[in-house]
Amino acid sequence: MGSIWEYANPKKFIATTDRLLPWVSALALVALVGGLIWGFFFTPDDYKQGSTVKIIYLHVPSALMAINAWMMMLVASLIWIVRRHHVSALAARAAAPIGAVMTLIALITGAIWGQPMWGTWWEWDPRLTSFLILFLFYLGYMALWAAIENDDTAADLTSILCLVGSVFAILSRYAVNFWNQGLHQGSSVMRAGAMMGDTEERVSNVYAVPLFVCIAGFILLFIALVFLRTQTEIRARRMRALLARERMN
Amino acid sequence: MPDLGKYAEAVLSSYVLSILLIVAMIVVSVRRSRKVKAALEEIEKRGKSNG
Repeated sequence: MGSIWEYANPKKFIATTDRLLPWVSALALVALVGGLIWGFFFTPDDYKQGSTVKIIYLHVPSALMAINAWMMMLVASLIWIVRRHHVSALAARAAAPIGAVMTLIALITGAIWGQPMWGTWWEWDPRLTSFLILFLFYLGYMALWAAIENDDTAADLTSILCLVGSVFAILSRYAVNFWNQGLHQGSSVMRAGAMMGDTEERVSNVYAVPLFVCIAGFILLFIALVFLRTQTEIRARRMRALLARERMN
Repeated sequence: MPDLGKYAEAVLSSYVLSILLIVAMIVVSVRRSRKVKAALEEIEKRGKSNG
């Protein structure tokens, strides 16, 4: 079995992801469409939240991916800093717009749900605020990549920014636990106890099962898009190198 | 269509906006991928023909 570092070779990465991409994309489509249809059409209203409970099928997976995308970027950035593999830096760059869109979806759906349930679109609650800061970090990260012409310098600086932003990604996840205040509830789906069914706050399977299908769909969509966008970044980098060589001749 | 009651506007707008954002992200990614791939092939072809 080959080493994982083989995939740091751009050609090997493109060849492998080319083979995987149709399968991951098809699975993402099935899980995402299936999960959303299930959640929207075939789940009952909640006795407290009414039909707004259906928003969790978008809000929870997107919020989860907003944080996980940054964590993936953190790992890729660390690999760049330590091992100087271009593919990892480009994968982090490729993931950022997806993470930004996921964060935006989480913020929008949260606000739309919050208005009828909390009576406000927005509250400077620890989790909401840390999510907004995470979104701004995504924008700053993308802007920094776009602003610097030299790819290696851009990768160095964005990697450092990614390390700093990781504090907010972690805060976004654990803000409710750290401060124990604000409007946003704590985790009730992914908690180990809730999964085993031994807490009163456990989400009913009627809602939880389609939610897990949606989460799988969002994860697979993220993987498919990271594959595709990393391929694009690898080709764009090669294109810039060839154009620079042409200009020299 | 399920009966969404008084929250229909909130639920539907959440779905419409989210799906629009997801579809836009996919379309932009695929279009850029095709564009960059074609441009790179063109440059590589030009490089080969120039020796």
